[in-house]
Amino acid sequence: MTETTQTQDGGTVRAAHPLAEFWFYFRENKGAVAGLGFVIILVLTAILADLIAPHDPVEQYRDALQLPPFWVDEGRLEYLLGTDATGRDILSRIIHGTRYSLLIGFIVAGVCLSSGIVIGMLSAFLRGIFDTIVMRVMDIILAVPSLLLALVVVAIIGPGLENVMIAVAIVYVPHFVRLTRASAMSELSRDYVTASRVAGAGPFRLMFNAVLPNCMAPLIVQATLAFSTAILDAAALGFLGLGAQPPIPEWGTMLADSREFITSAWWIVTFPGLAILITVLAINLMGDGLRDALDPRLKRS
Amino acid sequence: MFRFLITRLAMLVPTFIGVTIISFLLIRAIPGDPIELLSGERGMDPDRHAELMTQFGFDRPLYEQYGSYLLGIIQGDLGNSITTKQPVLSEFLTLFPATLELSIFAILFAVAIGLPIGIIAAVRRGSAFDHSSMTFALAGYSMPIFWWGILLIMVSSTWLGLTPVSGRSDLIRFYYENVTGFMVIDAYRSGQEGAVLDALRHLVLPTIVLGTIPMAVIARQTRSAMMNVLNEDYVRTARAKGLSSGRIIGLHALRNALITVVTVIGLQVGVLLAGAILTETIFAWPGVGKWMVDSISRRDYPSVQGGLLLIATLVMMVNLLVDLLYGLINPRIRHAR
Repeated sequence: MTETTQTQDGGTVRAAHPLAEFWFYFRENKGAVAGLGFVIILVLTAILADLIAPHDPVEQYRDALQLPPFWVDEGRLEYLLGTDATGRDILSRIIHGTRYSLLIGFIVAGVCLSSGIVIGMLSAFLRGIFDTIVMRVMDIILAVPSLLLALVVVAIIGPGLENVMIAVAIVYVPHFVRLTRASAMSELSRDYVTASRVAGAGPFRLMFNAVLPNCMAPLIVQATLAFSTAILDAAALGFLGLGAQPPIPEWGTMLADSREFITSAWWIVTFPGLAILITVLAINLMGDGLRDALDPRLKRS
Repeated sequence: MFRFLITRLAMLVPTFIGVTIISFLLIRAIPGDPIELLSGERGMDPDRHAELMTQFGFDRPLYEQYGSYLLGIIQGDLGNSITTKQPVLSEFLTLFPATLELSIFAILFAVAIGLPIGIIAAVRRGSAFDHSSMTFALAGYSMPIFWWGILLIMVSSTWLGLTPVSGRSDLIRFYYENVTGFMVIDAYRSGQEGAVLDALRHLVLPTIVLGTIPMAVIARQTRSAMMNVLNEDYVRTARAKGLSSGRIIGLHALRNALITVVTVIGLQVGVLLAGAILTETIFAWPGVGKWMVDSISRRDYPSVQGGLLLIATLVMMVNLLVDLLYGLINPRIRHAR
């Protein structure tokens, strides 16, 4: 990569490009690089699901009900991870499920990040009564355990994939609002903001062009965290029957009635959950690396 | 300290009122009106509908309804459950000990394992133990606990036959009165042989499932808190004085690291209550988490409303307690006030 060659010729005095500097610190953390690699594989899986998946995820093969994985005696090679009670190929369902989980993560993290930045910035700039009201509302949302609030919101607006994303996004916005507000407030007293103001920058230019870039590091870390928790919470709602509705191959939904298979078909129970665990772990590993690479305090030590 | 307490309590009031507004609006935000919900799928004739609307006060203006709702809350009246017709508050209080018992065991489990792991990982920074334990901690933090629960039931209960599948006690072998609501204590009071052990056996898997995420968080936070403290000058001084590393870690470093750790433990209460929803559902544990899920699926909105308010209040109170405790154990804050 071009970034690495830039950092390796250490003799130059010229400051490295921020991205190059970031990569220099990020690759120190082997777990984070592994996480990033796995996330890239997941994204490719989601994009190419139709090509990779050996079967249609909702097709029910009546001649292959509840088949075990191929390495167990009755298993067949055409259904690598076995089939569920209605004869659907579990591997294909998990591959297609990647789409839903990543979509949920992307949208929730995106919505939280953008609305959190806007509300938090306005709060920091306007202060006064707007700020007070916003912060109280955020306190209220934070007072309710996240999954419970998401559950109640879904109970009101109804189950389904979109509603789950809305519910989970509502639950995690306060973190972004608080983070943006806190870092914006500390930036506002800096000289460069005053300079920019004196130079005649309007409020929006100040907010998004001057202050925001300097607040981004913790927000990016928080976004990866929201990404993984959104996947977990959406899966939990799916498990409780309030998330994506069958036959959508969402991983949590796949586990919804899995409890009845613990004595008869361990593969129906095991694989979708393993997919959730590995995905969330990979994203969290990446998030840890991001935090270490972006946090200037840790960098200097 | 007293002023600190008063300001923190005063800050709670608007949040509490906000929670009452949200839980009040909740029941009105549902499409259709509450009486229609009560009547179920068979419907209800318009006269009876209008009569019930008046009887429950749903025809009055919103602010009036909110006023009487708030008045009810102050008097401890959270309405009645649609399904059982019992007061929501007494339902909640009957089920709460089950959740509390499970949560206490879960947090003890989390601290008992997470704290030592965090300390050892910090002291042996960069060692194989540090790397592997922190990877495990991150895996625990990434765990979909509903799946973790099912997996443990499958392996431990079905395959190995070590633990019971669900519930709080073996109702066929043991019967004892529900006095305190804590199964372990009630079993002990009953004096039946093996009852306590039976109650504990039922607690094992739910405890592990509910305690996994707090354990991971505590391990990670303890490690970073300890590492910060171990870099401080006074630790270097203690080392230079020739104190044994056990004394340095136990007496000097740990005491200061605990300030962070206690806060982290306190903040797990929200996590525990959210986790209780899933854990109790998986293990058919008769606590408030399962009750909330059941109430939602039965569309028992007064219960959902009341439960939401009570749980939010609980979380706020515990957060306040954590703040106070933080002030008590951190001399910098204690003397500043």
